[in-house]
Amino acid sequence: MTFWIAIIGASLIAFGLKFTGYTVPPAVLEKPRVSRVTTLLPAALLAALVVMQTFTTGSQLVLDARAAGLLVAAVALLLRAPFLVVVVAAAATAAGLRLLGLP
Amino acid sequence: MATRADSADPQRRAVIRQGLSVAIATSLYGISFGALGVASGFTIWQTCAISLLLFSGGSQFALIGVLGGGGGIGAAIAASSLLGVRNTLYGLQLTTTLKPRGLMRIPTAQMTIDESTAVAIAQETLPHKRLGFWVTGVGIYAGWNIMTLVGALAGNAIGDPKTYGLDAAASAAFLALLWPRLHRREPVAVAIAAAFVAAILVPVTPVGIPVIAAALVAVAFGLFRRFGDGDATAPDPRRTPGDPT
Repeated sequence: MTFWIAIIGASLIAFGLKFTGYTVPPAVLEKPRVSRVTTLLPAALLAALVVMQTFTTGSQLVLDARAAGLLVAAVALLLRAPFLVVVVAAAATAAGLRLLGLP
Repeated sequence: MATRADSADPQRRAVIRQGLSVAIATSLYGISFGALGVASGFTIWQTCAISLLLFSGGSQFALIGVLGGGGGIGAAIAASSLLGVRNTLYGLQLTTTLKPRGLMRIPTAQMTIDESTAVAIAQETLPHKRLGFWVTGVGIYAGWNIMTLVGALAGNAIGDPKTYGLDAAASAAFLALLWPRLHRREPVAVAIAAAFVAAILVPVTPVGIPVIAAALVAVAFGLFRRFGDGDATAPDPRRTPGDPT
């Protein structure tokens, strides 16, 4: 029962948090200062997601096969490879290195 | 939404491919969640309910991690919710793009997660942004829930998705989505600063805070720019609309 209470409670809050973002009136978002910020937000969020996804495990900064995968992805992007090739190349790099025993 | 006439638009197909590849790589992680949920003492039903109702990877792992580790309801909900705060930022970012009305606000809100937001905001035009959001969001919602059930039923028999490099695939996907934005000096500066801030905060703040702090970097840059050159809002003349590179 405890688990169900936690599941329902966490789910309600999670949905509330997601929903809140959509309740801000458009007029607020169209103000020049606000729109300058929202134009820059994607770069900041995507860069942070790259860091979180590649270099962290829980609350620890780590360097493992994911970093090599990201490096290969960057090279593929420099060579203007298509999205799917970039993603698969990174996965194959990390999988290969782990096969060789890297973390 | 799109009409049949533009279904041949190569950019649309590129967006669909992006959305689906992100959805597949992410969904396969549902297996880990399902297996870990059952291993942490949740029933198969409860594990599936978490993926259906909570639907936010980080928050889900935090919830089962704290409860499975013997933590209390309060601590579990707090950890999960702290991680969910960034979804509010995503909604803020997407509201003028998706303009959800009435009941549509419910599925729109529920699909608002890292990946659907990342694919949506990386696109150049409004229709492509919407397409990216829905392909990725619905793809992951379906895939994540199916894979949660598979993981809960099969336990650890399938193995760790890391073996297949799926975690690196997600890293690469985020980088590929960021890449086209790095043609102007300001977003590059924002991206570097945000990545740096997120990285230094990882060891010293609760999980979930670094991404929020990174968003504050964009806020700081956006507000600071008014002291810089005259018109910071003018579109960059070097960037032609519709050019994905």
